[in-house]
Amino acid sequence: MATVIIPTPLRKFTNNTARLQVGPGTIHSTVQELTQNFPDLKKHLLDEGGNIRSYVNIFIGNDDIRDLQQADTAVKEDAVISIVPAIAGGSDSPPFTKEELARYNRHIIIPGFGMEAQLKLKAAKVLVIGSGGLGSPVLLYLAAAGVGTIGIVDFDVVDDSNLQRQVLFGVDEIGKPKVEAARRRLEALNPYINLHIYNTHLNSQNALEILKDYDVIADGTDNFPTRYLVNDASVLLGKPNVYASIFQFEGQASVFNYRNAQGELGPNYRDLYPTPPPPGLVPSCAEGGVLGVLPGIIGSLQALEVIKVITGVGETLAGRFYIFDALNFESRTFTIRRRKDNPINGDNPTITALIDYEAFCGTRAVEERHLKEITAKELYDWQVRGEKFQLIDVREPHEYDIVNIGAELIPLGSVAANSGKIDRDTPVVIHCKVGGRSAKAIRELEEKFGFTNLYNLKGGILAYIDEVQPELTKY
Amino acid sequence: MIILEPRIRQLLIDDALNTFPDECCGFLFGREERDGTRLVIDILVVDNSKQGDKTRRFEISPLDYMTAEQHALDHDWSLLGIYHSHPKHPAIPSEHDRIAAQPYFSYVIISVMDPNTIHFRSWLLNEEQQFEEEKIADYQFT
Repeated sequence: MATVIIPTPLRKFTNNTARLQVGPGTIHSTVQELTQNFPDLKKHLLDEGGNIRSYVNIFIGNDDIRDLQQADTAVKEDAVISIVPAIAGGSDSPPFTKEELARYNRHIIIPGFGMEAQLKLKAAKVLVIGSGGLGSPVLLYLAAAGVGTIGIVDFDVVDDSNLQRQVLFGVDEIGKPKVEAARRRLEALNPYINLHIYNTHLNSQNALEILKDYDVIADGTDNFPTRYLVNDASVLLGKPNVYASIFQFEGQASVFNYRNAQGELGPNYRDLYPTPPPPGLVPSCAEGGVLGVLPGIIGSLQALEVIKVITGVGETLAGRFYIFDALNFESRTFTIRRRKDNPINGDNPTITALIDYEAFCGTRAVEERHLKEITAKELYDWQVRGEKFQLIDVREPHEYDIVNIGAELIPLGSVAANSGKIDRDTPVVIHCKVGGRSAKAIRELEEKFGFTNLYNLKGGILAYIDEVQPELTKY
Repeated sequence: MIILEPRIRQLLIDDALNTFPDECCGFLFGREERDGTRLVIDILVVDNSKQGDKTRRFEISPLDYMTAEQHALDHDWSLLGIYHSHPKHPAIPSEHDRIAAQPYFSYVIISVMDPNTIHFRSWLLNEEQQFEEEKIADYQFT
């Protein structure tokens, strides 16, 4: 009888026997005899085609049967056959350089974070949408932390009024595209990471294409159409969306569409707000203002949550909604849950592709259908020609004190009460700072009082200053 | 649980440092208790037979494997598993480790970030051919 030596890992399939006796023949008949007597051995020795697996070596004495006649190799009476599993392995992703180890040392030495989390950061790809007030701290901290690949989406250029809070930029960058200024700043901060910039408006046509290559999305946008667009695209692509927003003295943060270690999917923005607020109800930062340090605080929390999502360290804000009130220094955290009627991933989803978010949020539809507009140039022409018209400013008195163009001041909140002061016989041009509040005033006057002679000054007083009177003060 | 006494640890560290920046590899011998606890009694250092770059890969020749099995039989020990090092890399099994892994064996990985930063972790294959971490202890308490 020939002897077969069974390797330790397979002995649990041979009743813990190390040496088995088989009849003479060939390797082929030997393997058949073994797998007949011990059926559990089969899947470890043979592949689906019945051939000996590539990672199983069979030796007769000290000779590999691959160097003899393979499965046809003869097995003599006194042969000693060894089944030898291939033993191999190795580490996969490239290690950190000495410089990177030194750079990230304060992360690596944290118990419970360490090299494992740092490697996950290096392997991660994060897309930051908006490089403004929130995007600045998010980008700075993610780049500093060593997130290996960071994408930045922004269409805007740096403006002097950004520098009150957008700490990525300096006066030398005014007028330059934000994404390019951001890239220069981040490259100077961390040369060991990859940066990709998208100098474009994120929209329904390009969102999926841009988001698809990233692991985590960080939404720092300042308007509802983009917020719903980012949410829906993240849900459709199955990517976590770390959300933050700010207004005046209040900040919010959450982690949407996050699948936890147990495989449970958390809520998304539409579980919180199925539909957007009416246009004009919630002003943007440009209109309503924001305390400059607030995006620094909330954006840093957003960067924190991105790092937790990537590394799996700690408990993320998934399923919770955080609100910070800077005036009273109060924080509140609400529990949020998935809704069955969520239109994108509830029980009966009605949204299966990206939609027109400007129309969905009412922003474009209202402007296109109802509002008559006048540009700053046209208004100037009217003034030069001495046309008869009424000019109304719906900003607040303190804004009027900073700069005005000789309009009659009726703040937005008192427009309805003062409708009697507004001409019905001559054209009326209404303006605010950039055009949002004046549009709201016009809608209110048209709907409640039937005005048909109202014109919105496109781009507000800022556009007028740029195009007509650059010597005036901008704010 | 697998018990690596300080003496065994030192043997593993010595091999990992001597071989650095290449990956070292070898065998673990010992006893398995009824409760599944494994006590490592000795190790066998073997050459990394990988052709080419050995800083990220290791391979053990079939003849060395057969020697190890015979070594276990000669001493009436169990061949408990395989150790290898991950130079400048954490002690987490890679996909290469998983694909080539055998059932039953403990896979002890020695992470060598630098001579003063060495970590051990041990891994066992489960029924789904996925690695699960095996706790490492210093001493056997009875």
